[in-house]
Amino acid sequence: MKYLFTIGLAALSGLSARLYMLRRDYRQYPSYPQGWAVHLFIGFIGALLGAVLVPSLVEAEFAAVSFLLMAASQFREVRNIERSTLEKLESNELVARGTAYIEGIARVFEARNYLAIWTAFIVAVTAELTAFLSIWVRLAASIAAGMAAAGTLNYLMRGPSIKDIADVQLTNIEFDGPILVVGGVSVMNVGLSSARERYRTQAVAAEIIPKDVDAKATLANIGQMQAIAHDASAMVGVFMDVGEQEFTPLVRRDPDSGKLVVVMIPSEDNEDAFLEAISNVPVLESAIRKPLRSVAGRMMDRR
Amino acid sequence: MEITPTNQILAVITTNRDRVGGSAPIFYADSHEELEQISIYLARIFMAAIHDLGNGVYIIVKH
Repeated sequence: MKYLFTIGLAALSGLSARLYMLRRDYRQYPSYPQGWAVHLFIGFIGALLGAVLVPSLVEAEFAAVSFLLMAASQFREVRNIERSTLEKLESNELVARGTAYIEGIARVFEARNYLAIWTAFIVAVTAELTAFLSIWVRLAASIAAGMAAAGTLNYLMRGPSIKDIADVQLTNIEFDGPILVVGGVSVMNVGLSSARERYRTQAVAAEIIPKDVDAKATLANIGQMQAIAHDASAMVGVFMDVGEQEFTPLVRRDPDSGKLVVVMIPSEDNEDAFLEAISNVPVLESAIRKPLRSVAGRMMDRR
Repeated sequence: MEITPTNQILAVITTNRDRVGGSAPIFYADSHEELEQISIYLARIFMAAIHDLGNGVYIIVKH
């Protein structure tokens, strides 16, 4: 068992990396013991795969290597599991996440297992490369490599949030007859005078002004708009009850400038918290558009 | 599976009999207060939103 040290250490490192990434995840996904158990175990399997890969390559057991790669394809299932779970729970949300957000979360969960595999693989490589040194040096080098790998991969995986692509500021709420107008954008028809009064006294509104053409195109995504509504209400708390459609948080787009307006009635009135919540909404991977990378997009920008 | 009609006019509530007609259920009210009261009841029953058309006609629409 001359590879016991390598395999054991690498598998543990991969598991720790998965645990570390699970911890950063609190807001996106309700965390519960069962969910942790599921993801840690899948992460451990992944870590073991990454760890065993190196000894099998060293021993030139290429059949084993191909089997391991086949096993890695099982992790695609993780995305399906996450997606179907979240989709089933969607009807229980007062403010829906939207399919784009669910897809983004599911993708993150899948990708994190691959990060655990990579971390384990890098640790195993380090442990094997330093095999001629004493065991303590190997241990230190492997742990350092594992931490560097997990940290770097995590950093690279971190997507932008709304504040990186747009300016968020408070805006005014007014009524044009029954029409709710937020920051100059007509949002919806509020028929009931008592509901209008509640909007006047309790609602908060913000406008999200894109910083460039890319941001404008990204914010125009309906999934992104729904994600903003969901996350803002998840973080600040929402006043509405089931069936009170007047008080659903709304995100609407101004066709002229491309800015978004957000209006909601929070459970507690704190404008700073509301702005902070919107600023930290992740930009969905599936919403990101880069028209500036194209000739036509740059021509539009010069205008 | 639950099926609910969305983006349809579920009910029309009005104080003005001359302005409405058609296939949606119509509720007549004598005063603006009664109009709002009926609208609230219907909106709670259907779990839908109340919209004001501005001419004394309210509609209930599920979104």
